[in-house]
Amino acid sequence: MADGSVTITLDGVDIEVEAGQRLIDALCDAGTDIPRFCYDRRMDPVGLCRMCLVEVEFPRGMALVPSCTSVVRDGMVVDTRSNVVTKAEEGVIEFLLINHPLDCPTCDKGGECPLQDQAFAYGPGESRYVEAKRRWEKPIPISDLILLDRERCILCALCTRFSDEVSGDPLIEFKGRGNHLQVITFPDEPYASYFSGNTVQLCPVGALTAKPYRFKARPWDLEAAESVSFVDSVQPRTSVQASAGNVVRIYGVDVGASNQGWLSDKDRFIYEHIASPERVTTPLVRDEAGFREATWDEAIRLVADRLAEYKGSEVAGLGGARSTNEDAYAFGKFLRTVVVTAHLDAQLDDGLAADFAAAVTPRATFGDIDEAATILLWGADLKEEFPVLYLRVRRAVTGLGAKLVVIHPRRTGLDDVATHKLGYRVGSGAETLAWLKSGRKKHFKGPRAALSEGPVVALVGRTGLAEDPRLAEAVAAFARDTAGAKILPLVRRGNVFGALDMGLAPDLLPGRVAVTSKEGRAALESSWGPLPIGAGKGATEILQGLSDGSIRSLLLNGADPVRDHPSPRLASDALEAAEFVVAFDMFLSDSVVHADVVLPVAGLGEVEGTATNLEGRVQKVNPIVAAPGFARPLWSILDDLAFALGADIGGGSAEIISKEIAQVAPAYADVSWFRLLPGTEGIVVPGSEGTQPLQYIPADAGLAVSNAALTLHAGRVLYDDGVMVRHSPGLAGLAPEARVYLHPADAEALTVGEGDSVVVGVDGEATLTVGIDPSLAKGTIYVPFNQRGSAALGTIGTVTITPLDSGGS
Amino acid sequence: MTQKILTTRMEEHPSDSHTLARYLDTGGYATLHKALADMSPDDVAAEVKASNLRGRGGASFPTGVKWGFLPEDTRPRYLVINADESEPGTFKDRLLLERDPHQLLEGIALSAYALDVQRAFVYVRGEYSKAARRLQRAIDEAYEGGYLGAGIAGSEFSLDVTLHLGAGAYICGEETALLSSLEGQRGEPRIKPPFPAIEGLYSMPTIVNNVETISNVPWIIANGGFAFASIGPTTSAGTRLMSLSGHVATPGDYEIVLGLTWRDLIYDVGGGIRDDRPLKAWVPGGASAPWFVPETHLDTLVTIDDIAANGSMIGSGAVIVMDDTTNVVAAAHRLVKFFAHESCGQCTPCREGTTWLERILDRILTGQGRRDDLDLLLDVSDNISPGLVWPPAMTTICPLGPSATAPIVSIMRYFRDEVEAMIPVEEGSLVAREEVLLG
Repeated sequence: MADGSVTITLDGVDIEVEAGQRLIDALCDAGTDIPRFCYDRRMDPVGLCRMCLVEVEFPRGMALVPSCTSVVRDGMVVDTRSNVVTKAEEGVIEFLLINHPLDCPTCDKGGECPLQDQAFAYGPGESRYVEAKRRWEKPIPISDLILLDRERCILCALCTRFSDEVSGDPLIEFKGRGNHLQVITFPDEPYASYFSGNTVQLCPVGALTAKPYRFKARPWDLEAAESVSFVDSVQPRTSVQASAGNVVRIYGVDVGASNQGWLSDKDRFIYEHIASPERVTTPLVRDEAGFREATWDEAIRLVADRLAEYKGSEVAGLGGARSTNEDAYAFGKFLRTVVVTAHLDAQLDDGLAADFAAAVTPRATFGDIDEAATILLWGADLKEEFPVLYLRVRRAVTGLGAKLVVIHPRRTGLDDVATHKLGYRVGSGAETLAWLKSGRKKHFKGPRAALSEGPVVALVGRTGLAEDPRLAEAVAAFARDTAGAKILPLVRRGNVFGALDMGLAPDLLPGRVAVTSKEGRAALESSWGPLPIGAGKGATEILQGLSDGSIRSLLLNGADPVRDHPSPRLASDALEAAEFVVAFDMFLSDSVVHADVVLPVAGLGEVEGTATNLEGRVQKVNPIVAAPGFARPLWSILDDLAFALGADIGGGSAEIISKEIAQVAPAYADVSWFRLLPGTEGIVVPGSEGTQPLQYIPADAGLAVSNAALTLHAGRVLYDDGVMVRHSPGLAGLAPEARVYLHPADAEALTVGEGDSVVVGVDGEATLTVGIDPSLAKGTIYVPFNQRGSAALGTIGTVTITPLDSGGS
Repeated sequence: MTQKILTTRMEEHPSDSHTLARYLDTGGYATLHKALADMSPDDVAAEVKASNLRGRGGASFPTGVKWGFLPEDTRPRYLVINADESEPGTFKDRLLLERDPHQLLEGIALSAYALDVQRAFVYVRGEYSKAARRLQRAIDEAYEGGYLGAGIAGSEFSLDVTLHLGAGAYICGEETALLSSLEGQRGEPRIKPPFPAIEGLYSMPTIVNNVETISNVPWIIANGGFAFASIGPTTSAGTRLMSLSGHVATPGDYEIVLGLTWRDLIYDVGGGIRDDRPLKAWVPGGASAPWFVPETHLDTLVTIDDIAANGSMIGSGAVIVMDDTTNVVAAAHRLVKFFAHESCGQCTPCREGTTWLERILDRILTGQGRRDDLDLLLDVSDNISPGLVWPPAMTTICPLGPSATAPIVSIMRYFRDEVEAMIPVEEGSLVAREEVLLG
């Protein structure tokens, strides 16, 4: 018997199984199918449905036990095929069906239904029940996205347990008892959860259905491709499913490593934008009357001709964080070798320093979170910005015993499980870090002590756009040097880490190589040819350059600086001032409307390639539908543009590009598509330890400390006024109107209250409704970033608040 | 034998046996003082073990053995008194709560001392408002008198007792459902193991004992475990409060020493059948127990072991007597309906099966039965309680579902002809026609 294993007798045969395993898992791992409804490996077993009953030998003889709540022990004798077990299985199926409506032909779940499948495999074949079935009003909406049909429900409690144990928003519960037991929401409280869609996927019957998918397809008509979500940089693994050429559903896929199968509702329902009638499906060229449709030939020739008029350094590129790695690589190579400019940035100064984000070491994986004794979170409100990572951290605390220290300017979704929560005033992050370092101040003793218990994982990022981006580096340095922490850098946008790894930053070349590295440059030049000389400009400098005329043309790759840059005023001015703007995009966003030429690109579900998440995990992105109209993958557009400019960037297919990446980007040397087949965990690309020593900024060296009367917390919320959400009907209505939240004392000082209107000024102005939020530090105001009604508001600069009826402050 | 342990005080002082003054006047709390002064906790536990006291809630588990399951080092431990008396036919704990609450409190204090418990809860059935009022009054008096609270009787032993009212669910009498309910959760049984002694209230080691069980403890400590053990048959030691109801001439609670015959119990203690009608059947130990019939069982002994040997249980000591006017299908229907109503609904066989059984009996009672229904009743029962044996095997989490099968098995075993007689003979019955229509 090997260490850590025990021997059990399964249907007369001795087998060795992992000690401590749940019996149901051990039996399944041994190849014995055990039917079940209420058991899910990712949650605590409850033994409710009684479908997994097996006979186990006890001193008094064999007895039926649920295999989900039983744990293997050495010498255990298990019978899964005895007459008693078979009869119990038939009995349970018959019981479950007596009140089930059997409306399979009109049920979304029909054809992929665990109840249907297991009734066929384990049921008695016919029912002896002649009485009337339970009746409920059906279906009833329990949220904007989810409908509940209680007649179909078999009361397995997967949904209620998910909402309680996993997502921490227990808004659906059992009510009543016995024959009247039902799953339902609380009165006047909808199941408004960011994770509600998971319950639809978990539901073993058609009791929970999702409004966007309802009646759209039958399972046997679906084609599926395994892919990843680009909603945020967690990049949860998905199955993108299409019927008749349209993406109709996204399911989570459990490969363990990335998301354990969970998705946020944004991941799940964002696909609706794919078929939006507002997609740009043909090249658009601006003339006096506005945009007109053009052929690819005309558009490519026009762009090539105009770009040829500028010096390389007069052209800049922004964006790429929504591209695949291959598209991002092609974009960078096009800019650096065909346009010959060093001005390029995938971020919009809304994230972290590129070299820090891309190459911080030691970098943590999500698996490290499961193993952590202490987790430090100083960055985003994970629930709002990295919802699937939020689930992982939450489970590590509630299920795996980790301590959690949360430092954030206001309440976060994890406060209820945090061991220590520290609030602070935006602008005083450096002081807060100094106190944390010393641990001498009263409130910092506990957190400081927790951080001395390893292993520690530190999740660091900007708490908001108004935050000094270098604060995260100082926090990371503290966590690494003091607590030996592994670091997860929190930058949100879909494939921003892939874009940085592909060199879409003024200071980075592909493969996390510093642009200043002589060897790195030489190695790349041997493949690419000469690189532009001199330092490149980042996003803010590019926008300033466009405004002052030192940069004259801009290539926008899926970027929306008017919405996403910390200063929308600067971004609008820059786009107005630019002589020639080319946008590669799916939609006419607030930035793209300024373009001279719009080139339609293929997007989610349409492109093939790879993506890199915030762990540095590379996963495969696969297509399932054709891009609409004349939209094409970015790399192929850039191929044509390069050709029109007399160059060759060596495209041809995303796969060919991926091979080139493996050759020229040192960190990606081992990445090959053959290793990224469906079901595999992806490849975590090696960190650059040793090759890229990072210079962290010490907390006491020059981080901004604001003494202003009011400082702004510009945090993000899940549903914003971004272009994808706006064009996904199911989600668009969930984005809240912009508001300004004030600490009660600040509200009193301003003599305003909940519901009043005020004019907020920060590098622009917006009229907003006041909300009161006692979780803020006094002096900090909170305006969620990029919401309807606050588009004109910037994030950096003096903060003013003027009550509307008082006539000025 | 006329030995009385539990009801002496209430019989001698019917007007004020529930007050502290009367309790003290009749020697109350002297045992607690003596034990705290002269006995170690282990001494107290040893007397209870020696008494052979078995649980009076239904399972008849030896109390001393249960106490021995507590893990050595884990603290805090809790003592929870199950006063959620809701089994149809059972009304003995109510008597003890209303008429002698201090006897229970002294038992709690002695047991808590033995178990190193500082916090005890009494979970009282919500409908027992008078019992709850009197118990709360007694708790208050006991605190005032220094019999509960910090440093009892100058010792280092402290104990807090909290009364908690249930909200009307029978299932909360199941000990793990009771604990969940006490914690503020839905009253649903938990999967065992772990048993409460290992992981109970708030996940800590917990002893759950019945009111009557603990009410015996003061007498046991005062008189010695051996004295208790020598009362009645060896494995049914002590006295027993039996609730006699149904068609007996003088229903009520009777404290008796076990070992008599059912004939003695029904005809002597219970005064015989009303109007001297023939006895048809009786439920020997609460609604969950398989029935007995005079032809087979009248001269068998009323002991825990003899009842078990005859395929039933003494349970909570509730005897429901039925005379020859009883429609056994209606009687079984009423009991099944009770269990279906009280099913918590969390596990499939109980939620679906008990209601199904009720519906089938409904049909039979209203003349819409089918010949197949007799076998169907048994087979649905079998899918809740495989083999229909006693003690029951279960496909369920707790014994509530299998309890609903006991009346069905009973009427099918002893009165099958009466059930068959209720099935219409003509082919064109309503159900038969419906079946044709539905194909």
